[in-house]
Amino acid sequence: MWLPLLVSCFYVVAFSLWTVGLSFTRSSLLPDYSWTGWHNYSAILASRNWQIAYTNLYIYGIGFVGLATLVGLMLAILMDQRIRGETAFRTIFLAPIAISFVVTGTVWGWLFNPTIGLQKLAHDIGWASFHLNWTVDRDMAIYAIVVAAVWHGAGFAMALFLAGLRSVDSDLLKAAQIDGAGAWRTYTRVILPGLGPIFVAVLVMLLQFAIKTYDLVVALTAGGPGLASTLPAVVVYDFMFQRGELGRGSAAAVMLLASLAVVLVPYAAWSIWRNRRATLA
Amino acid sequence: MPRPHVLGHPHYWQRLAIYIPLCAFALFFLLPIAVVLVNSVRSTQDILATSVIGWPAHVLWSNFAFTWSRFCIAEHCTGIAPYFSNSLVMVVPATIVSTLLGALNGYALALWRFRGDRVVFAIITLGVFLPAQMNLVPWVIVLRELGLFNTIAGLVLIHVVQGMSFTTLFCRNYFVSIPADLIKAARIDGAGFLRIFWRIVLPLSPPILIVTVIWQFTGIWNEFLYGVTFSAGENQPVTAALIALSAHISSEPQYAEQSAAVLMAAGPPLLIYMLGGRYFVRGLTAGAVK
Repeated sequence: MWLPLLVSCFYVVAFSLWTVGLSFTRSSLLPDYSWTGWHNYSAILASRNWQIAYTNLYIYGIGFVGLATLVGLMLAILMDQRIRGETAFRTIFLAPIAISFVVTGTVWGWLFNPTIGLQKLAHDIGWASFHLNWTVDRDMAIYAIVVAAVWHGAGFAMALFLAGLRSVDSDLLKAAQIDGAGAWRTYTRVILPGLGPIFVAVLVMLLQFAIKTYDLVVALTAGGPGLASTLPAVVVYDFMFQRGELGRGSAAAVMLLASLAVVLVPYAAWSIWRNRRATLA
Repeated sequence: MPRPHVLGHPHYWQRLAIYIPLCAFALFFLLPIAVVLVNSVRSTQDILATSVIGWPAHVLWSNFAFTWSRFCIAEHCTGIAPYFSNSLVMVVPATIVSTLLGALNGYALALWRFRGDRVVFAIITLGVFLPAQMNLVPWVIVLRELGLFNTIAGLVLIHVVQGMSFTTLFCRNYFVSIPADLIKAARIDGAGFLRIFWRIVLPLSPPILIVTVIWQFTGIWNEFLYGVTFSAGENQPVTAALIALSAHISSEPQYAEQSAAVLMAAGPPLLIYMLGGRYFVRGLTAGAVK
């Protein structure tokens, strides 16, 4: 009966170590277990694809995480004003969670397509100077991915913030009201500081998603034009299965994992520390 | 007791400041969904003449039948139906098996103290966050050894094993709130590991099982990377077929038929979302805030 648990653990550990192992070998199309040391890593780090992908990841990571958090927080605050139709609004904002990145990317691809998308609509209604051709524009393609990702992820941020807002201590709010604090001050001084842990959770979840983003890029721009919107996860796949360089691809995958660790390890340490403190208090 | 409210009773202009941005964002969120719905009953000429944002000149219900059974995807003119059924044949067993095994694992982790249980918990948590790219090559090798490469059974196996990390964590987080005394009492009465699971834990589990099934179904149905890596041609699930569809658009674009295909591919998880939306939210907050 402990077998499934054993399989789970074995799978996670063995498959990861396997890929780590492959990253130090000369494997090309087929696994080849002859050792090459750090050679694959230096080759990946020196490759143009990887450098562009990481530059893109910074732009996309900051843009997506920042905007999705901002939109999510704003929606949550608006939703928390005893509005009419809260269920309808929530259903709409959270619907993207049930929609695949392939579908998301495909449809945003149409909207950004200059011949059938929003640009065409604007031109048809007489707004001739309107330009929106991001998916075919080298400088803007990565922002098209930001928009589609925000569309997909802002509802998630909203749901977490809303849960946080609903659990704010009423005594704190009453005290703020007795002190005559206005809405702005109540939010910036009383409510939002109390949401600190939720901010951290939202940022970490969105950021780890950003680092792993793959399908959305494939469906929306296929990494293009050229390499303009490629991301590390796309480069990993490209090395592994398009170029047939399993060793290089594995090294890239391990570096992807390392990037993830930079975000998740401090978060895990912080969560454990917080739990310890909570149980001690 | 309801908590006091920041804005008390909002004034007319305050209400405008609340509803205008809310409605604007609702439009932004609805736009892609509306585009797919409307374009699936337009004609491609109609779309090309105007844009993807437009009312149908004629409502073409026939798009659905055509896309379902005759549309050409990468030179195979079988429609979306075989890929749709691939997804269905993959998602149903993978969801059921991964949920059941996850429940069993979660129960073992939450309610049976054993040596190294924290390490096991940490490893499984790692499994949830591990990028899929870390196990693609090992899976290729394992699937080839098992003769399951480019089969639906292979995809089911991957989704079960990979999904177990996720379902285990979900169930474990739910089961830790079952009082330990309940389990202790049952053990004193002589009930064993499986009997306690069957008689005590499972009857308490429907809420978490529903959440897990919904998340697994949606996640596996919408998954793309495994589908495209481990299957090809007619064995692909519907998400991979959608990409093949837009990549192989031959001479002329077929946006209307593609819209119908997108709608069908997005249908099952959206339907589940409409029916069980509150379980989605529960899963979200349970997964992330804990």
